[in-house]
Amino acid sequence: MDITNYVVLACILFAIGATTVLLRRNAIVVFMGVELMLNATNLVFVTFARIHGDLTGQVLAFFVMVVAAAEVVVGLAIIVTIFRTRRSASVDDVNLLHG
Amino acid sequence: MTPDMAGMTTSGGEAFLFWVLAPLMVLAALGLLFVRRAVHAALCIVFVMVSLAIMYIASSAPFLGVVQVVVYTGAVMMLFLFVLMLVGVDASDSLTETIRGQRWIGLLLGLGLAVVLIGVVSQAAFRPGTPLTEDQVANPVGLARVLFGDYVLAMETVGVLLVTAAMGALMLTHRRRLEPKRTQRYVAEQRVKALPEGGTLTPLPAPGVYAQTNAMDVPALGPDGRPLEHSVSRVLRIRGQEKAAPASLVETGPAGEVSTVRTGTDGGEDA
Repeated sequence: MDITNYVVLACILFAIGATTVLLRRNAIVVFMGVELMLNATNLVFVTFARIHGDLTGQVLAFFVMVVAAAEVVVGLAIIVTIFRTRRSASVDDVNLLHG
Repeated sequence: MTPDMAGMTTSGGEAFLFWVLAPLMVLAALGLLFVRRAVHAALCIVFVMVSLAIMYIASSAPFLGVVQVVVYTGAVMMLFLFVLMLVGVDASDSLTETIRGQRWIGLLLGLGLAVVLIGVVSQAAFRPGTPLTEDQVANPVGLARVLFGDYVLAMETVGVLLVTAAMGALMLTHRRRLEPKRTQRYVAEQRVKALPEGGTLTPLPAPGVYAQTNAMDVPALGPDGRPLEHSVSRVLRIRGQEKAAPASLVETGPAGEVSTVRTGTDGGEDA
């Protein structure tokens, strides 16, 4: 099996994640789409680290994981705050800049 | 886990693993797109992440595989499930389209992105480098050398980022108290104040404890044998789901008094 199959799989996962962000309304599911995209890029990093025999790719994937964890914390806090004020987690309801 | 010598092809076992996992992962990821409930979407993503961890371990990144399980499935997805619990598990998507044709445009864009990415990857020629050595793969020392050597500044910055994110989450979810705190002293004073209007000093009796059953919907019997209506939850009383006290325990005496008997079956409850 060619190693680039991993990259193709990552591309498919990334596209599915992007489509989720475009299509779903629930803010939490949209967020999961973002996580899926980050995971897909991690798979690409790991695969290229293997192809080139360089550990830098794995280190970068590690950084992506840490930044994703920080992003999830802040993003979910925002979702909880929005839910508290508007009683809804739908991205369509957040159409006003005030409030 | 052994790195192959050719650089660009994998062993047969890894190919088998890939062809088993990859279709399942794509299916689970598609579940994110089509499943109605957010909890089911979260479970699909958990499956994708665990499969990715297995793939990392197979493609000579065991440390990242472990970190993937610990950080993503252990922390991030649990956080997602916590927030789903806060927001409400049954908060499913609305299917009304607010932007006309958004669904088809979105699907088209997603398909286009997939086609472009896969086209580029399949056209590109990768120059195989030297495969990772067994020593590099087996222990995370090499990873640590790169992390704390070449990327030490980024490492420090990421530490600051994590602290900032924790502070930000605290600030965002902090709620200012709008009313005074209900302390024990306050509750006691309110109870004493409500005494002239028929309040009680003690907590309400628990339902069913002194009756024959322990059910929530059966009123407790007082020391005089009368059923205590207020021992049943207000919600059950309003819904009309309250049951009568066991008839065998309540019987009206000759002088209009209520007395408890053990064996009577024809006793009515008129308290």
